[in-house]
Order: sequence, then C-alpha cells, then structure tokens
Amino acid sequence: MAFFWAFVIGGALCVIGQLLMDLTSYKFTSAHVLVTFVTAGAIISAFGLYQPLVKLAGAGATVPLTGFGHLLAQGALNGVKENGILGAFSGGVTAAAAGITAAVVFGYLAALAFKPRG
Amino acid sequence: MGVFKKNGSQTVWFENPPVIISTASVVGPQEGEGPLGKTFDKVFYDTYCDEETWEKAEQRLMLEAMKKALQKANLQEKDIDFMLAGDLLNQIVSANFTASALSIPFLGLYGACSTMYEGMALGAMLIDGGFAARVLVGASSHYSTAERQFRFPTELGVQRPMTAQWTVTGAGAVVLAEKGSGPVITHATIGRVIDMGQADPQDMGAVMAPAAADTIVRHLQDTGRAYDYYDLIYTGDLGTYGKKLADHLLRQQGYDISDRFTDCGILIYSGAQDVHAGGSGCGCSAVVTCGYLIEKLKDGSYKRLLGIGTGSLHSPCSVQQGSTIPGIGHALVIEAR
Repeated sequence: MAFFWAFVIGGALCVIGQLLMDLTSYKFTSAHVLVTFVTAGAIISAFGLYQPLVKLAGAGATVPLTGFGHLLAQGALNGVKENGILGAFSGGVTAAAAGITAAVVFGYLAALAFKPRG
Repeated sequence: MGVFKKNGSQTVWFENPPVIISTASVVGPQEGEGPLGKTFDKVFYDTYCDEETWEKAEQRLMLEAMKKALQKANLQEKDIDFMLAGDLLNQIVSANFTASALSIPFLGLYGACSTMYEGMALGAMLIDGGFAARVLVGASSHYSTAERQFRFPTELGVQRPMTAQWTVTGAGAVVLAEKGSGPVITHATIGRVIDMGQADPQDMGAVMAPAAADTIVRHLQDTGRAYDYYDLIYTGDLGTYGKKLADHLLRQQGYDISDRFTDCGILIYSGAQDVHAGGSGCGCSAVVTCGYLIEKLKDGSYKRLLGIGTGSLHSPCSVQQGSTIPGIGHALVIEAR
C-alpha cells in the first residue's frame, strides 16, 4: 500500500507540473514549475496540510519539489520555536541542509566527469 | 541626380544582372537525412563537425561553404573584391571568425534569417554599381548555438510547441560575378520592418509572415508583374503555420499565389523528422537556395524564381523584456540564363 500511494501522489504532482507546461504551450517552463512547486509546497505546509500527505505517500510527497518547500517551511517553524525570530531565517536551510549539500556534491562530481556544452 | 535603378518604392533592378557563378552548401546530419540531402555539397554526420564546440562547428560550416564556393568557381581569395556574410550569433561571430580565416575585405551583416538574401541583394548592387567584379556572400546557423542563445540551454530539455521551428545546422555560400555563366539576379526588393505585435519566440512564422506578404505585394506592384511570371515563389523560413498565414494575408490583398508558393523551411525536412513547424535560421534559406533551388534552375525545372529571405529581428534581451518582435523580408528575382 505504501508503494501504491507513493506512486499515486508523486505521479499526480508530476502530472500537475506537466499540465502547467502543456496547457500554456510551454510558455510555462520547467524553471517556472520549480519555483511554483517549492513556493506552493511551503504555503500548503504552513497551513499544516502537507504533513498528512507525507504520512500517506512517504517519498511520493517528499521527493517532488513541493516536498522541498514543505521541508523549508517546517524547518523555519521549528527554528522559531528553538531560536526565536532569527530561527525563521536559519531553520529552513538547516532542515534542508542534507538535500542542498547532496545537490552541491553530486553536481560537482558530475561536472568533473562531464563537460557541459549546451 | 535621380534614382536610376529603382522601380516603385522598394525594388531595385540591375542593368547588367549579376551572375551566380557558383554556390556551395554544407549541412549537419539532420539536414543531410532530409528530403534535400542529396543537393548539398557536404554533410557532417555529427553536429560538432569535428570541432570542440558548437560555435566552432558553425564557423567550420561557414568556412567550408565559402571555400567550396570559391573552389567550384576556380577562384582564389584574392580574386574576390568583397565578402558579405552574417549569422545569428551575438556580434555575428561565425561570420567574423570565418572572415578572419579568409583574407577578403569583409562587410558583416545582420538580417537574422534573411541575411543570405540581404547579402545577395547588396552583393548584386555592389557589382551592378561598378564597385566590385566578384562578391562572396554567405550565411550560417546551427541548431545548438541558436537554441542556447535565443531560447533555453539544450540540457534544460524545455519542450517545444508545434509552432516552433528547428534551426537549420548549415551554411550556404554564393559567388556573384559581373560576368560568367549561371543564373542571374535581375531585381531585389528590400523589405520594410513590420511588427504586428507578436511576442512569442517559439512562433517565428507568425512574426515573419506579414513582412513576407508585404514584400511580395510590393514587389509585384513595383515591377508591374503578375505573380505567374514566376515559376516558383518561396519564402525563407516561415514554416507550415507562417506560410499559411502569409497565404491568407496575400489573399486578403487580392493575391492568390498558392499554386506556386512554398517555403524553404518546409522543403528542408520531412514530416517524419519531428521538427514541428519546419526549418528556420540563416542556414535554412541559404542551403536550400544554394543547393536545391539553384540545381532546379540549372536543370531547367524552373526558369524564374522569386525568393523572399525572411528574418525575425529580436534579441534574447528584447524578448525577455516582453517587447514584440519585428520581422523583415527581402526579395530577389533569380532567373536561369
């Protein structure tokens, strides 16, 4: 059942992203989807509506970009609890540190191996 | 002193029509596999064309086309009075760098995808004006260099709408001469820049169609000719949608040329090649003219051609700032002799 919901929710989020591009004749690009999804994830999470989705679908909800927005929002909320208002600024990135560092490290490794020319 | 060689508002005519004594076309793999593949002088089966980057590949295409055109006419660089060339890249680097490898006095041109026709019109004027005996004209484009500059990095994998066209990877070159054997250029109609408020860089056909239609009407009015004086009227790179739009605009003005109207962007690829609305870029009209169309004039299939090089005059910055895109079309009359 865990796999089923991960597939359905993760897939549905991707369908939304694809439709945003298809229905605007690709004027809405993947970069727009990225920004929209992270922002939307953070807003939905702030209203407490994303955590139930994570409970239901696991990686199906955390891996898509909305999951990153959720992580930032929850990190900021926890940061405020622990460090006051300054935590609103530091909490988000602290919570997302593993993902951000992984992106930098693997991006660096890929850049060493390949020569981007496009 | 009056204007001696101009008819009407936009058309010049040549007293001693300059001769196209040789042409050359060099293309990339996709163009080589297309329906006109056999009409090109050389096909590279890799888009890098044995170079390190796509920009260098585009320069290689242009240099090879220029050299091939000279070689076919048995001429050397010193025999040429002027070289006129251009391309789509910032500061027309493909043309500038190619010119640095050839020691010919050089005038760089930017007419976007209409550059080949702009160059041939100017070259013919230089010759008939008595300023040159032989002029080398060329233009190039490359799918990957144009895509990166005008739209998105290719790695981003942005999907293309059906109105999008595929920039031709290729270069064409022409040697125009005062005398010699080959087809001649008898008239040139210089286009006006027309902006109908289209702002989508993924739909260039709609940008250029009004300019192409305007130039065709001007040409017919300036010369007093009926459209069927020509065996074929073709545009540079309107693509399937742009051609339909031009057809419609011409009909609105009372000209139905659809029985002999085509477009280089439609001719160069087949439907099975998944290029959406057809080919585009400086290379599109250049290689189709230098390959297929000149061949058709030489084998007698056509006697008189009216070709309109079409260009979309935007920059990446102007598009990002939301400006609408102006278009242009320059027409040439090419006749078999």
